[in-house]
Order: sequence, then structure tokens, then C-alpha cells
Amino acid sequence: MLRFVLRRLALLVPVLVGLSILLFAWVRALPGDPARALLGQRATPEGIARVNELYGFNEPVLQQYLLYVKALLNGDFGRSIQTGQPVLESFFEKFPATVELGMSALLLAIVVGVPLGYYAARHQGRFIDTAIVSGSLLGVVTPVFFLAILLKLVFAQWLGWLPTSFRQDARIDATHITNFYVLDGLMTQEWDAAWNAMVHLALPAIALGTIPLAIIVRITRASVAEVMHEDYVRTAESKGLSPAVISRRHILRNALLPVTTTIGLQAGLLFAGAVLTETVFAFNGVGQYLFSAISQRDYPVLQGYILFIALIYALINLAVDVGYGIIDPRVRVS
Amino acid sequence: MTVTSEFLDSSAAPAGVHQGRGNLNGDGTLLSVRDLAVTFGVRGQREARAVDEVSFDIRPGEHIGLVGESGSGKSVTSLAIMGLLPDRGVKTSGEVRYDNENLLTWSSRRMSSLRGRDIAMVFQDPMTSLNPVVPIGTQVTEILRRHFELSKGDALARAGELLQKVGIPDPKRRLKEYPHQLSGGMRQRMLIAMALACEPRLLIADEPTTALDVTIQAQILELLKELVADTGAALLMITHDLGVVAGLCDKVNVMYSGRIVESATRRVLFGNPRHPYTGGLLESVPRLDSPRGAPLTPIPGSPTNVLPWTHGCAFAPRCRNAVDDCRRVTPALRPDGDRELRCHNPLSDDLPDDQRTDA
Repeated sequence: MLRFVLRRLALLVPVLVGLSILLFAWVRALPGDPARALLGQRATPEGIARVNELYGFNEPVLQQYLLYVKALLNGDFGRSIQTGQPVLESFFEKFPATVELGMSALLLAIVVGVPLGYYAARHQGRFIDTAIVSGSLLGVVTPVFFLAILLKLVFAQWLGWLPTSFRQDARIDATHITNFYVLDGLMTQEWDAAWNAMVHLALPAIALGTIPLAIIVRITRASVAEVMHEDYVRTAESKGLSPAVISRRHILRNALLPVTTTIGLQAGLLFAGAVLTETVFAFNGVGQYLFSAISQRDYPVLQGYILFIALIYALINLAVDVGYGIIDPRVRVS
Repeated sequence: MTVTSEFLDSSAAPAGVHQGRGNLNGDGTLLSVRDLAVTFGVRGQREARAVDEVSFDIRPGEHIGLVGESGSGKSVTSLAIMGLLPDRGVKTSGEVRYDNENLLTWSSRRMSSLRGRDIAMVFQDPMTSLNPVVPIGTQVTEILRRHFELSKGDALARAGELLQKVGIPDPKRRLKEYPHQLSGGMRQRMLIAMALACEPRLLIADEPTTALDVTIQAQILELLKELVADTGAALLMITHDLGVVAGLCDKVNVMYSGRIVESATRRVLFGNPRHPYTGGLLESVPRLDSPRGAPLTPIPGSPTNVLPWTHGCAFAPRCRNAVDDCRRVTPALRPDGDRELRCHNPLSDDLPDDQRTDA
């Protein structure tokens, strides 16, 4: 198992090298340039030339890349063109917010999605099944930004049940250690702060979690419906086992295999959704920052952030593969 | 019925393994099937009657054969006895009498405490009948722990004994392994070990050797025979293979298109089959003593080529003995000497012996 993990980690190196090259080319292929974005509409040609000189954008692209890689190897991801803040520093400031949001969304999707899908499969063809399937279809096709705005309008604006934006109320004087606000609140036993952070997470998590939730419902339903009719389930029934044991041990365990894969894939897609969700809820995370970096052509930020996100995506899928092996002995690696 | 507890070491078996087990029916049978009918129907579609007018008895320790082609309703019959047919879209009528009660009226909860303990089943395909992601040990112990109050350790010890009993070497190691690490024959041994774990009074074996290769088939049959004799369980053997029946069963019921067409003791049936379908089945069995190169005599047509029983004899379209009545009048199952027979124009009683297999 350890060898498998190490080998997979080693394979990450060429992937990241290749990705860094592509990224470098792609951000530069974007129309518009950072100097113009920085200086605004009334930029003078001299000003633009000076900015380009300052950041080395005049050099041949290959040389720029080599310089970038050299800095990377020293742990230097460069500084934001817009704010001058080191990329790495801003990332670790904002990353916990996004992880907190993404985890909440995924947790919601799994905890609600798997039971719903299971329930639908066990009541195949009845009204409740049709309702769950239609609901999940609606969930899949609703764009994240639309749902986010709708939720905000209804639950924050009209009903006033939940806050409209931000990660925590400003009046709360919370201690921040890890920048995971909920975790910080729990660690310092500032229960108010933890609760407040959770309340702020609710709407963004629902907005972001709905698509994965709907997909998990559908995959679980299909998978359970298939496994339910397997011979080994009939064997389990013929042994007189209780319905609870049959569901848990003989149906769900097998049915969760494709669901696990889906969860891994969804975890990657969450980042895309996070950009929109964080923007709507002014949730100060990676997504929101990345969004502004794109519009400002902030090359170092784009390159660094996307590289990080790719790394995290790869690690999540490695975890999924390991998890898969735990559930299914047939793919277990020696 | 006396059950030898030799199969289960009495030290490991909880006191009174058979406590709470039912009695025999009033007429001395262990299980008595009366007029069983199973109808499959999806709303808006025509109903299909898979099993009809099926009646037979199983006495303690007796070995009964249920023989027929695919689609003859033999597996549906066994699933109906076990209460394993789906609730929706299936109508079951008639009676499955056990312990003087009709199992068909039992709640699914009550049935589940009977399944695996009093009546157990071995299925056809060992490759798909074991859960691929659950360790073998768990799959054996779960049935023991469901029906007996056993600690995890005791159950595992007993599972080890069971595996040994069915001829799986190195049971300690095997218990930790998964089904994909076993061969087909080993898996069927596992399934047999599971089915016999609680010393059931009746074992239903649904084509237990069909999915295995020929050399393994004989071993598994031998094992089944031995273990069933050991535990004193009655056996309902469901098969399309008359060879299996010949070596194993006291009585044989031949099914065609959902109904029993001939029912007799093995000796009577094999010595002198009277239903043309039974005769055809016997003629299509390859025999060592037939002349070299002689072709087998198949039954013409296929099982899909049937007449509905309501319009005559279902076998008539394939029957070489068919007369006009066969296509007009539904034959009833009638006593005929030492057998029961559902036929208007049976094979004659005195065919030369060399045409027939004698068990």
C-alpha cells in the first residue's frame, strides 16, 4: 500500500511539470495584459512599458518560464501583480475558507445524497422514487450562481434566517489559528464563533453542494438498484439475515463503489463551483480571489493557484483510490 | 426426526440446537406443498403463470428431485417455498405446509428467522452468490450469529470447523480471505458450508453443480450427499440433469412449463418413464453403454414452444405421442399405478428395458 502511494506521488511530478508549462502558456494566451489591467484606462505607453520591464514580461516566454521554475524550486511563487502580496501567503490565507466550504458542501452531498438514492432505489417506480429522481434532475441542471442568488434572496434577504455574506460576523472577536473558522472556534472553545461560522457556511454550502448531491443521488440509486438484484443479496436473504444487515453489509457496501469514484471527481469540480459561490456570498476564499485574478490577468496568482488546485485534486483522487481498495478487496494493491 | 449432531461439534453448538424448531406436519411430512401457483404480473401486461398446481411432500431425511428444463418453474417453486419471491408483481397461492402452518401466510420477519435455520438453500452460481467485498469469515459467521447466540470468537471457531468439514484446506487462512481468492469449486463448498451451518431440517439445492466444470461436479455432489446424510437433513434437489437425480434422489417430480407432469420414485421413473417428456429427457442423456457414434435423441423444439395449459397439454407441440385430445383437453395429474401422471397418451408400460436407464 505504501509503495502504491509513493509511486502515485512520484507520478505527480511529471504531471505538475507538464501542467506548469501549459498554464504558463495559457495565461499568456489570454487576451489583454496585466500591465494594462493594473494601470487602468488612462495608462500611458511609458507606464505599460515600465510595468512590463518590472515584471520581466518583455523577456522571451521561454526565459520567463525558466526563471519562474527556478523561483518555484526555491519555494517562491512570486507576488501578486495587483496587491504585491506573495502568492503563497495569500493562498494559505484563503485556502482554508474554500476547503471549509468545499468540505461542508461535499459532506452535505454525501450525507443527504446516499440515503436518498438508497431510499429511491428500494422504492423503485413508486411516487417517492419519481419525486427524488425528478428533484435530483432539477438539482443537476440548476446553475450554481443562480441557485446561490436564489438562496440568498429567499433565506437571507426575505426570511432573514441566515446571513447574506462573509464568513463570520465582524462583531465577533474570534481568534484565528488555522483560518478554518469553524475549527478555530472549536479549538479555542469560542462556541459563539464556531456557530457563527457554521451559520455563514450554510447557504454557500447548500448552493455549492446541490449539484454533487443530485449526482450522488442518481449514482447511488442506479447502483443500489443494480446490486439489489445480485445473487449474493439473494444468498444473504436465504440466510435469514435481518434487512438492516442485508442493506448495510451486502447492498450498500457494493453499491458505494461507483459512488466513491463519483465523489472523487466531484471534489475536483467543487473548485469551479466555489468561484461562483464565493463571489455571490462575498466569501473570502480561493475562488473569489481567483476570479479577480483572471479579470486582472494576474499571471503569478493564476499560475500558482491553479497549480495548487491541481495538486489537491490529484491528492483527493489518490485518497479515493486508496479508499476504493479499502472497500473492494479485488482492486486492493499489494 | 433424529438429527445427528455429529456435524456440529456439540461443545460449540449451543445447548438445544434444535430447540424451537417446528414439529412435523400432522401427516408426518416435514414440508408439504399443495396446489402451489405463482403468477408474475406487471400492471398493464398480461400475467404469466410460472408455476401451477404443484404439489409434493418431503418427509424428514428424504431426498426429492425436481427436474425440468430452464423455465419449467422449478426455481420459482423453490423461491416460493423460501419466501424469496419479490413482494411486488408476484401472486402466490396454495399452501406450503410446515410445522402445521402455511408458510405462505407468514410475515417476512417470521420467514427470515426460519430461513437459513430450518430451511436453507444452495444456489446455482457460486461465482456470483458470494458477496465479493465481504470476507469469507464474515459470510459464514453471520448466519451462525443470526440464528444462534454466539460470540464472535465462537462463531469464527465454528466457521473454521465448517470449512474443514466441506473440505476447504487451511480454514483459518481462508476465513480472512475474499471470495475472489477461491476457485469455483471452493466457493460452492463455502456456500454449502453456509447453508448447512445451522443444521437445517431441509436443504434446497438449486442446480448446485451447473456452473461447475464436470470433474468438480461429481465432488460437490458427493459432498452434498455425505453432509446431508450426516446432518439428517431432507434434500430438495432442483436440476435439469437426470444424472444428478439418479445418484441422489428417492423420489422425482418432473416439471414442464410450470406443472408437474410425472411423479414417481426414482426406480419407477427411470425404469419405465411414461410421460413422453420424461422419456425424451432420458433418451437425451449420453450413456457409456450406448453404441459408439450413435447420435443422442433430442426432444424436438424448445421450451418456448408451448401450448397454454388452459388449452390442452403444454408439451403437445413437441410431443411425438400427441393425439388430438392433447391440443384440446387439459390433462390432469392422475394416479397411474405406482406413479402420478399428467398425460392423455403415455408411453406404453412395456418398452424393452435396454431403451431405458435403470438407476
